[in-house]
Amino acid sequence: MLSILRTIWLTFLHIFHKTETVEYPEVKPYLPPRYRGRIILTRDKEGEERCVACYLCASACPVDCISLQATEDESGRRYPEFFRINFSRCIFCGFCEEACPTYAIQLIPDFEMGEYDRQNMVYEKEHLLISGQGKYPDYNFYKNAGVSIGVKGKGEGDHEEKPLDLKDLMP
Amino acid sequence: MKEALNIAGVLFIALTIAAGLIWVERRLLSVWQDRLGPNRVGPFGLFQVIADTIKLFFKEDWVPSFSDRPVFIMAPGILIITILLTFAVIPFGPDFIVFDSNIGILFFLGNSSLGVYSIVLGGWASNNKYSLIGAMRASAQMLTYEVFMGLSLMGVVMMADSFSFNAIVEAQKGGWFIVPQFIGFIVFFIAGLAETHRLPFDIPESEGELVAGYHSEYSGMKFGMFFVGEYLGITLISALIATLFFGGWLGPSFLPPVFWFLLKTFFFICMFILLRASLPRPRYDQLMKFGWKVLLPLSLGNILITGAVLIFFK
Repeated sequence: MLSILRTIWLTFLHIFHKTETVEYPEVKPYLPPRYRGRIILTRDKEGEERCVACYLCASACPVDCISLQATEDESGRRYPEFFRINFSRCIFCGFCEEACPTYAIQLIPDFEMGEYDRQNMVYEKEHLLISGQGKYPDYNFYKNAGVSIGVKGKGEGDHEEKPLDLKDLMP
Repeated sequence: MKEALNIAGVLFIALTIAAGLIWVERRLLSVWQDRLGPNRVGPFGLFQVIADTIKLFFKEDWVPSFSDRPVFIMAPGILIITILLTFAVIPFGPDFIVFDSNIGILFFLGNSSLGVYSIVLGGWASNNKYSLIGAMRASAQMLTYEVFMGLSLMGVVMMADSFSFNAIVEAQKGGWFIVPQFIGFIVFFIAGLAETHRLPFDIPESEGELVAGYHSEYSGMKFGMFFVGEYLGITLISALIATLFFGGWLGPSFLPPVFWFLLKTFFFICMFILLRASLPRPRYDQLMKFGWKVLLPLSLGNILITGAVLIFFK
């Protein structure tokens, strides 16, 4: 009996408590920088596409929502001919970002992707590609990679030594 | 002319409060649950009532093919009619009463008993096992609580020496009946909760077990009638508590009597909502046990003591 009255009284005291509701469209919630939201494709510092069309993201994707086709430009640099993400399938797991060897594909803190037409949920490359570097600035895959496709010469990379002349006996 | 005005006034106040309660209840509940509640439609979300009503009107008004059609359609109407009829005998002010019956309390008790038919028939005509279980629970619950709802008021009747609501209010000029009839008030309040099958006594509905109980099959404005009927019931019981135990329209004269009456009524409406916000639903047998073994002896004892004291001092 007393506990019932106490319950009523304690509930009544909630008049003086702070409301927990966040009025969403007016007040945006804080999203941490590594929040897994909308997927983007980034460029390196020089403004070139980072993506090398290795298909790792597409094979890592558990729901098969990424589709792309690799091609090469005249210097031999690989890039995707098309890159398509079906966001009506995407589960925002972030596996593609983990699989990506070049930091090209990234998930950003944005979830406001509502559409009236389901077909609009399919993002093409021009929708995905941004002009900036995203979360990992100053990283250029080809500066670290062994292949030379015009970004750097052999042995001129960031963590690279000059190639050895195998015919030379000098140390 | 005056009677027509009174009828229009009573209907207007009762229906406005009942409709407004849709918004009031949701806002108050949200305050007690640290939420905001509906605040989008109009100022403070006040037009939520209109939005809800429009929504109910435009919903498909489906009558199940397996139901008992005439009874199914009639049931929600019975609820509204019986409750609105009872408003006729409640004094909103000294002259603001539709029909000053000298058997007002009996009229109210009779009507509230008739109101049970709405739920029982609605649940039975739905031809659905959940509805039927809800209706059976409703009838058992009402039967239990109807008994001492009447008995709890007998103390008031003895003290006022009348069944007329206006006479009862007049008799409280020396002091409100809440003081001598405190037990009667408690019993009537709990019985009123069960009578309007409000939480925590919404066992006929109990959406956790019975989908929506007796109105599982109802949709559109027929469901809306049950909905408004429930709010009208709250308003009615609150108005009765204010009239019988808290002096009705009596109050300091700087405000009109109608205002005092509405203020007291509104206070008890808020109490109903607070109870909904705080208490869980008891089990069915607990409710029956509480009714028969605690409240019935309590109300009988109250009559005994009130009668003894009245005879002693006469």
